[in-house]
Amino acid sequence: MRRGGLSTLVFLLPLLLVFGFFSWAPIVQSVVMSFQRTNLVGPVEFVGLDNFAQVLADPLLWTALRNTVWFAVLALLFGYPLPLLAAVLISEVRHRKGLFSALAYLPVVIPPVVAVLLWKFFYDAGPTGVFNTVLGWVGLGPWQWLQDPGSAMPALVLEATWAAAGGTVIIYLAALAGVPADLYEAAEIDGSGIWRKVWHVTLPRLRGVLLVTFILQIIGTAQVFLEPFLFTGGGPANSTTTLLLLIYDYAFANSLGGDYGAATALSLMLAAVLALFSTAYFRLTRSWSTS
Amino acid sequence: MNRGLVSPTEWATTRTRLVLRALQGLLLGALLLTGLGPVLWLAKAAVTPTQDTLRAPLSVFPHGFDLANLATAWTRVEIDEYFLNTVWLAAGSWAVQLAVATTAGYALAVLRPRYGGLITAVVLGTLFVPPIVLLVPLYLTVVDAGMINTFWAVWLPAGASAFNVVLVQRFFASLPREVFEAARVDGAGPFRIFWSVVLPLSRPIIGVVSVFAVVASWKDFLWPMLVLPDPAVQPLSVRLPALQRYVELDVFLAALAISSIIPIALFLVFQRLFLSGGALEGAVKG
Repeated sequence: MRRGGLSTLVFLLPLLLVFGFFSWAPIVQSVVMSFQRTNLVGPVEFVGLDNFAQVLADPLLWTALRNTVWFAVLALLFGYPLPLLAAVLISEVRHRKGLFSALAYLPVVIPPVVAVLLWKFFYDAGPTGVFNTVLGWVGLGPWQWLQDPGSAMPALVLEATWAAAGGTVIIYLAALAGVPADLYEAAEIDGSGIWRKVWHVTLPRLRGVLLVTFILQIIGTAQVFLEPFLFTGGGPANSTTTLLLLIYDYAFANSLGGDYGAATALSLMLAAVLALFSTAYFRLTRSWSTS
Repeated sequence: MNRGLVSPTEWATTRTRLVLRALQGLLLGALLLTGLGPVLWLAKAAVTPTQDTLRAPLSVFPHGFDLANLATAWTRVEIDEYFLNTVWLAAGSWAVQLAVATTAGYALAVLRPRYGGLITAVVLGTLFVPPIVLLVPLYLTVVDAGMINTFWAVWLPAGASAFNVVLVQRFFASLPREVFEAARVDGAGPFRIFWSVVLPLSRPIIGVVSVFAVVASWKDFLWPMLVLPDPAVQPLSVRLPALQRYVELDVFLAALAISSIIPIALFLVFQRLFLSGGALEGAVKG
């Protein structure tokens, strides 16, 4: 039923219109805008690479870059091994496995804004704050969770990890269910115990998924916005200003008209770095997995 | 034989069983604390007077509860309006996403025009562009079109979801083609086949796309904040951070609780869909 006729075009029209106006055109436009000076008020002028130069000369860029990398590193430390461990344990649960995965997934369905505002209350710096009360039970605190430049970022990452870990657990559970049982049986015939089976069967079988969740987490954390925006607004002392927060500030923080050129220039640079990083990552890991 | 990593013989050893059971017990405790804990706390705080929540946040109703919080939040703080806005935004985003994904999926997977491969490639390509790249130009597009402070500013861009198109297209491609041929022999045109054959066969995938569309819309924050600056049309997610500044704490926490009810209810009802769909999402993204 290969038809290239008018009716096919009618069916494609919603896709072409919606993607055309709200996806393809803006992508092209963002490249164009990065070479322009435009703020909705004055006339548009081409400025070559000025926007890129201006962004690269902004001292805040390097702060934001450092903070974003720090967020990503902390998120990997907090959030990368835990879901795997949880998933392996859950996959061996014999009764009420569904209860375990539902509990793990529950934070994912709470609206992110609600989660952040709730945690902001939990992080209250006073001695009667929720977390400080718990710390008090073991003779610690009170801590200045969000008010201290040193602990603000880890506090943000803790909430972000809590909010996202359940999704990764579910992905690992699906991958674990796909490990053929005869591989385990074969390993047992060779005399392997549980740890050897984890090391020689489970982990190699999950390698593909683990590699993908790793890069997806990096790409995701490189674009963190909600947590710094709602928890701290980038403070204290710019210790939680991330790249996306900077882009937002360039474009929308100034009520007199945004610096749209700088904002698109920085977002394109971020996209390019992420694309290069992912390409390099998949090149590198492909040679690992075939060896 | 339904077995996993640990063999039945290993399960039979006392030591292994004890260690595994203990670890799983610990995990269950941790999951109850971190997964259910905050939800229960929020539910408790929503009906607790401000002073109790401030002085002893972890006590359970030291001085009774205050159901009026919920009513105050709903009426006086006008959560009802923002709730309704959220519902409208979700409903419209759902309709647009479904309309785009099903028509496009049908054209690309069933009608299969010669240029279909090209379109699929350009749609897939957008998956590799970080959303932040679109933010500013998309905002200016919406400003130019005069859609600021209208729901269209949220509804229409929501339709440009490559993820939905891929999902639906794959499902349509897996439907048996003999059914379409038979319908065509019976004289059904492409529109009739779409409406009376393909859509009824596609309930499972339409369910998946629908639930994810509604939940994603309920969660969205940055985009509606940018394009809906007028509080009268803002959804809950955008309004809540602003409310925090002038609403009393107990009422504010009640508002947070109200905002979470629909997504949590959807999750409880469609649990299987979420727990298998989440993995699906990961697979497609990969």
